[in-house]
Amino acid sequence: MALLQISEPGQSPQPHQRKNAVGIDLGTTNSLVATVRSGSEVILPDEQGRDLLPSVVHYESEGVSCVGYEAAEHNSSDPLNTLSSVKRLLGRGVADIKTLGDSLPYEFTTDDGGMPKINTVYGAVSPIQVSSEILRKLAGRAELTLGGMLDGAVITVPAYFDDAQRQATKDAATLAGIKVLRLLNEPTAAAIAYGLDAEEFDDESHQRTIAVYDLGGGTFDISILRLSKGVFEVLATGGNSALGGDDFDHAIANWLRTELDMGETLDVYEQRVLLEVAKSTKEELSINNQVELDILDTRLVLTRDCMHQLIDDLIEQTLTACKRSIRDANIKADSIDEVVLVGGSTRMPRVAAKVSELFGLEPKCTIDPDLVVAMGAAKQADVLVGNNSTADMLLLDVIPLSLGIETMGGLTEKIIHRNTTIPVAKAQEFTTFKDGQTAMSIHVVQGDRELVSDCRSLARFELRGIPPMVAGSAKIQVSYQVDADGLLNVSARELSSGVESRIEVKPSYGLSDTEITQMLQDSFSHARDDMRLRALREQQVEADRMLEDLRAAIEKDGQSLLDDSELQCLQVTLDELKQLRDNTDDHRQLAAQIEVVGKTSEEFAARRMDASIKQALAGLSLDDALK
Amino acid sequence: MNNSKNFFEIFSLAVAWEVDFEQLDIKFRTLQKALHPDRYANKNDFEKRLAVQTAATINQAYETIKNPLSRAQYLLELEDLDASQETHITSDGQFLMDQMLLREALAEIRGSENAKEALVSLSIEAQQTAAKIQSEFASQYQQKAYNEAFESLAKMQFAIKFIDDINELEAELEDL
Repeated sequence: MALLQISEPGQSPQPHQRKNAVGIDLGTTNSLVATVRSGSEVILPDEQGRDLLPSVVHYESEGVSCVGYEAAEHNSSDPLNTLSSVKRLLGRGVADIKTLGDSLPYEFTTDDGGMPKINTVYGAVSPIQVSSEILRKLAGRAELTLGGMLDGAVITVPAYFDDAQRQATKDAATLAGIKVLRLLNEPTAAAIAYGLDAEEFDDESHQRTIAVYDLGGGTFDISILRLSKGVFEVLATGGNSALGGDDFDHAIANWLRTELDMGETLDVYEQRVLLEVAKSTKEELSINNQVELDILDTRLVLTRDCMHQLIDDLIEQTLTACKRSIRDANIKADSIDEVVLVGGSTRMPRVAAKVSELFGLEPKCTIDPDLVVAMGAAKQADVLVGNNSTADMLLLDVIPLSLGIETMGGLTEKIIHRNTTIPVAKAQEFTTFKDGQTAMSIHVVQGDRELVSDCRSLARFELRGIPPMVAGSAKIQVSYQVDADGLLNVSARELSSGVESRIEVKPSYGLSDTEITQMLQDSFSHARDDMRLRALREQQVEADRMLEDLRAAIEKDGQSLLDDSELQCLQVTLDELKQLRDNTDDHRQLAAQIEVVGKTSEEFAARRMDASIKQALAGLSLDDALK
Repeated sequence: MNNSKNFFEIFSLAVAWEVDFEQLDIKFRTLQKALHPDRYANKNDFEKRLAVQTAATINQAYETIKNPLSRAQYLLELEDLDASQETHITSDGQFLMDQMLLREALAEIRGSENAKEALVSLSIEAQQTAAKIQSEFASQYQQKAYNEAFESLAKMQFAIKFIDDINELEAELEDL
């Protein structure tokens, strides 16, 4: 038997070298980046020591002029080119803008593909582009602090985000050159930040049920989770991805408009000013019982009680969603052990009081509600990237909205129900309804309503080439697969002929892969060498990861799972990869060899996975036997 | 994952109606801890895909066994009998009559004064009916009386749909 040389002395990538992993909370109002340092999560502040980055981007004619606090300063002086709260537009279609647009004082254009864009002096920009600027800024902050390229990031999304909104978030990260380890639901991230440190989980049988109430600037989530030692199981989630503190501001701004007799239509400057006054009034009323205002030569007084009348309906909507989630979780409200408050809007005493009343519990907010999501995301990023192999953590999350297909008469047939644990794969059979029908169009929708028109349309595609048959005799299997990010893949197959059509669900108003590649290239076009260098560096990181990974795998399982020739074949391709890694500066060549190694190791990977299933259960029976 | 395994084998459980749910939970979590895509986040695309598929199969197996209706269907499918939802109906006239009466009772509750209390007692009755049908299925399945088992499966669908409708009305009343 050939003796295997696992690695040349001194040249193996150091397995214990820490990787740069961060958690990013891309918020409606503020965004943050956090990492794990010496075992605990820390927010990475900017050079002035500020944790938050306002989610604001200011454009000038040459492009982005600034992001964050600096950009926010242009809010009233240059409102049309100062973009804030764009998260509300992320993954939205033109129709949504009509309902949301009123509250967002921008000029929209929808010239291509149906994705709304915002007109600025620089040109029309998509919400994905704007979000990517915020992400790029945060990634830059992290790279500077951590001293090197990021190996990966966990980016949080509202649990109630649909497929289009999740995809848009992921596209924004790709556009910013960030490797996304996982999209993580915000309430789940908060639960991680709170839950992992809890001492009471030492006992395997001890379980706790917690509710995470997350009211941010533009989104609301409620998640009910069951926590037991290291396992975070989401039982149900609900919410509203277009309800948040912004809406409180608008309610107060409307009141101001009426009180000030300003008429129905305001220009963008007036709108911005009113919103800013409304926002600061809201914040002041969290501390004081009343606020005196002096605007447009008018003195106004707003009391706390009066504000409550303006916003109570909105809070009530969140409570209804809470009740529904409790029912979906199939538990009773009084079996919830703890309620956690997350998101800046939970700082309002009225919100906390209403939540407390509903659950009959004093809510917990020992971690700053603005920071907790980023901290939980950092914790998961650290585990996912491989820095913390001892963390015995498992997240079982769910999809927030049912996934379905359009059937006859504009009705939705659900294929995957809301609150199903992900990842999940489900298939359903359909048939043709006309003699000789050779094509079938498939309309993928998301939502819980009966009518397709009330659901979110995710994608349309067509299965062609069905052999002509009598109506009803074709068997068309439509398969839905949702991955751990909550992203959907759909494929359709005619079973008797094997004709197949597959689609990665890319919403019609999202970006195509080629568009993303093009935009990425454009962003580097002024520095071609930069781009090449970055691409090379990325492939080198990938090559190192692969070498380290496969060498460890061969050492562990090579002898038992591969025969001599398989082992040798794999070893040869690995050696070639190592050669290229050290000698080439052509990133395409390196990428090609990575592909070769990937292909060669597929069978090995599959066998290892089967082996680990056996091993996991065998370990369990041993535990049982020892009990 | 090895596709020849049935859902029970995935958890090393015997193919049977009776399930030790505590064992199922422990094994489910153990498997997911080892195979969840989070464990493969740092691997190459092929391994990531494999992990998604495997974890999805484990989730589906877990759900199928946990839910009595899908478990009953699956047990019959394992006997090579087509248990997909539309193919069987019950011919038990008395059962159908009872179901009609129950549905009428539910419809009347909607407008009534003490709706919540009435709903609770109807819910208890419905749960008892469902439990009875399930135990009938269990013994028919065990005796390989598959025709009768199909009949029970059809009844189970009625009973569980009815419980769903009760829950829906309960939700409606709560939101008012």
